[in-house]
Amino acid sequence: MKGMSVIVKQISRLMYPSILVLGVYIILHGHLTPGGGFAGGVLIAGAFTLLVLAYGADEVTTARGKWRATLGESIGIFLFWFIAVLGIVQGGYFFLNMVNHGEPLQLFSAGIIPLCNIAIGIEVSAALFAIFITMSVLKLGDKV
Amino acid sequence: MVTALILLIVLMILGAIAALESKDLLSGIISLGIIGFALTVIFLILQAPDLAIVQIIVETMTLVILIAAVMKTTKADTVETFGKHSIFLGLVGLVFVFVFIWTAVKAFQQMPGFGSMPLRMASEYVNNGLALTGAGNLVAAVILDFRAYDTLGEATVLFTSVVGITAVLRKLGRNRV
Repeated sequence: MKGMSVIVKQISRLMYPSILVLGVYIILHGHLTPGGGFAGGVLIAGAFTLLVLAYGADEVTTARGKWRATLGESIGIFLFWFIAVLGIVQGGYFFLNMVNHGEPLQLFSAGIIPLCNIAIGIEVSAALFAIFITMSVLKLGDKV
Repeated sequence: MVTALILLIVLMILGAIAALESKDLLSGIISLGIIGFALTVIFLILQAPDLAIVQIIVETMTLVILIAAVMKTTKADTVETFGKHSIFLGLVGLVFVFVFIWTAVKAFQQMPGFGSMPLRMASEYVNNGLALTGAGNLVAAVILDFRAYDTLGEATVLFTSVVGITAVLRKLGRNRV
């Protein structure tokens, strides 16, 4: 896939850090403000997609990116299952909110909910980026 | 509020019809975007910012993926043929439309009014959610604490769909290349 013009490249280079920061903010504040792991993860995937669309991608970077995306997706879903199973180990049932709840309405509060948000964020961002690469960048015969 | 909702729903129906009837796949996808963005505005009017954020981001991302896929492959729609079977299919479709509309009318008559909260589970969540989970966002408290099984299934569905897409769209077997 070829890249786009210089204007698009410059604008997307200026834009993608703020999109990434917004995505991380939405994930980390998922238990306080609207949003959460899903919305923030899609934002992060959107930042990477913007870069790929603006700058283009050749075979090597595509293969590497797809490998990393599928790896990140597996790590995210594994973390989510791990947190869920940790509840059984700690106190007897699945998805037990075993971490101390802390003071309400603070950033570090609500037990496992922020941890689950982070896991879902990793999983969703990597999954959507993998779908994008697979559906729109790879060509027939790419060895990936 | 009701007038704005009706206008937006009419706009969504028009967008759906345009997406179905357009010969160019690219304009079809853009008309599909009308539905999603109008749904975002509806969620905002109905005071559901969580859903509105997810809807607008996912809609944009889906449109980008679909447009990139169409630009890569083809813009031409498939040609439909008409015959005896299309009359039968149309009749079956009409029957299903009437069945669904009848069921929807019967179901909506039993729903509680907008803003009222007579459900026992919902009032439990709203009253005790902050004390039980410590999360200020009640939606996060519901989807990640009370109903975390649902979210786990949802994440697993996404994982499985990505595995399926990468397996199907690889197009060539790994050993043959």
